[in-house]
Amino acid sequence: MELLLTLLTIIMTAATPLLLAALGEMVTERSGVLNLGVEGMMVMGAVAGFGAAFMTGNPWLGVLASIVAGMAMSLLFGFLTLTLLANQVATGLALTLLGLGLSALMGESFVGQPGVKLPSLAGVDPLVPFSLAMVAATGWFLFRTKMGLIIRAVGNSHASAHALGYNVIAVRYLCVLFGGAMSGLAGGYLSLFYTPQWVENMTAGRGWIALALVVFASWLPLRILAGAYLFGTISILSFVLQAQGLGIPSQFLSSLPYLGTILALVVISGNKALTRRNTPASLGQPFVPDR
Amino acid sequence: MKKLLMAAATAALMLGAASASASAEALKVCWVYVGPIGDFGWSYQHHQGLLAVQKEFGDKVETAYAENVAEADSEKTFERFAREGCKMIYGTSFGFMEPMLKVAKKFPDVKFEHATGYKTADNLGTYNAKFHEGRYVIGQIAAKVSKTGTAGYIVSFPIPEVVAGINAFMLGAQSVNPDFKVKIVWANTWFDPAKEADAAKVLLSQGADILVQHTDSTAPLQVAQEQGKFGFGQASDQSKFAPKAQLTAIVDNWAPHYVRSVQAVLDGSWKPAQVWDGMAEGTVSMAPYTNLPEDVVAMATKTAADIASGKLNPFGGKITKQDGSVVENVDDGMILGMNWYVKGVDDKLPQ
Repeated sequence: MELLLTLLTIIMTAATPLLLAALGEMVTERSGVLNLGVEGMMVMGAVAGFGAAFMTGNPWLGVLASIVAGMAMSLLFGFLTLTLLANQVATGLALTLLGLGLSALMGESFVGQPGVKLPSLAGVDPLVPFSLAMVAATGWFLFRTKMGLIIRAVGNSHASAHALGYNVIAVRYLCVLFGGAMSGLAGGYLSLFYTPQWVENMTAGRGWIALALVVFASWLPLRILAGAYLFGTISILSFVLQAQGLGIPSQFLSSLPYLGTILALVVISGNKALTRRNTPASLGQPFVPDR
Repeated sequence: MKKLLMAAATAALMLGAASASASAEALKVCWVYVGPIGDFGWSYQHHQGLLAVQKEFGDKVETAYAENVAEADSEKTFERFAREGCKMIYGTSFGFMEPMLKVAKKFPDVKFEHATGYKTADNLGTYNAKFHEGRYVIGQIAAKVSKTGTAGYIVSFPIPEVVAGINAFMLGAQSVNPDFKVKIVWANTWFDPAKEADAAKVLLSQGADILVQHTDSTAPLQVAQEQGKFGFGQASDQSKFAPKAQLTAIVDNWAPHYVRSVQAVLDGSWKPAQVWDGMAEGTVSMAPYTNLPEDVVAMATKTAADIASGKLNPFGGKITKQDGSVVENVDDGMILGMNWYVKGVDDKLPQ
């Protein structure tokens, strides 16, 4: 029993950064914007969070800084794609490259410094309940509020939403910023709680996994939750199996989280109509208000 | 006026000649690192070697380095250094092997040395370190300190260096406690702090109470510190990250080799060799022993001294393999190509 609880805590820690980043990206994509720069925003969040906490000694300021850094990156993305109408796919990829390079430069003096760890509240790491609450909050917001309906309308048919008098660009800016904030926070979680230290490229591809989760989960918050926790569970279980010395090839176990998560999400998204209904129809398309 | 100009020109020429001859006297030595020098591990330790060379030879050498050189970009970097007048170039990653071989062929007058590789040429030598000697020492320490009699071992990839490390660790541990157990987790990465931390937490939850790693981040040590357990630093002294958890660290100390090698180039006695140094030459050393009882420190100090003096060979004598067969006289070649476990390792080697 105690072992199960320990494993559950480890799984929660592994799943939380994926969950945070994926929820943010889900809202961004629901408004019709495809931001492939999750990894870049995450890594900037990680370096900014570490830096702020390291210099002030206050991990909560670090959390704040990571959110701000993620938002700043997403604002840049928004300006390029929404105002200047640059290609979203190319800009997103460039944002990742920029984030990785810039964070390495900014973080040069932090390498090799022990970090400040975010304290647990009542034995629980504070961002885990927050991430779970965000699942409920984004779900309620997108599907139960008027604002959520507008976001989905903008994502499904920006021309219609525009004709109805909604400011498509403004809605998209807000959603892109929310995505940036959540990605930045996910990065901050890594450098402030998961492994309190800064090293170059410490996100190690987690942004890409979050991106994939959003699509496989058909842009639905509960499925993203399921996907993130499934991914975390399988990665931790593969370590447990190895530690048990069962002799299962480790390369196979390492690929299991990816295989297992894809398989499970493909199975649950077997309902084609539901998937189609939830795919933002204007995803990735630039919008020019023509009148 | 004309005369004055002439005089000035002559003076300038002479000055130019003088500075040219000065730089011709200084030997230009260059390093290519795979990672950032601030990684507090592998590349950091090589850079300490560069600093030692500067200190030792002063004006006689001129140094340059390139950090964060990806293996795919390395050929350009080696070529650039060779064109810029580097007479001795060191490459510090296994993956630089083919690029260095190519560039060495193009620049026969430049000397090259490649760390951890095995291919040589007329102007290309290799150098490596016997890290497994340090692993034997930490094996003994682990067996003394562990209460559960089980260590958790986080590893990167099943290459001979890593496998020899596991074996040396186990042989050391078994010399203290014949029933010592090790749980092995392959992270399949050299560097992913979060993944390494996960592996560390899982191992501690599975009954291991001491962590060993052959991956490059400090994350496992931080986990050990958080849970009041112990571990060992990798490649350099990492006690700053986990002052209460690090017992010691296997430190790669490349400085003595670099100093000897540059000296040989200056003397004109440099020859391409396959250098494989260990504790005896000072290339492998142990970080200060901390958080340990005195008798364990004494034992570790003695073991390290015996290995350095040649009295103790970690792979000496008869060794029982995992499959029960016995090998004797394990030589350097067998260690450099090691693809089998010793008895007592509870893992199947990924092929």
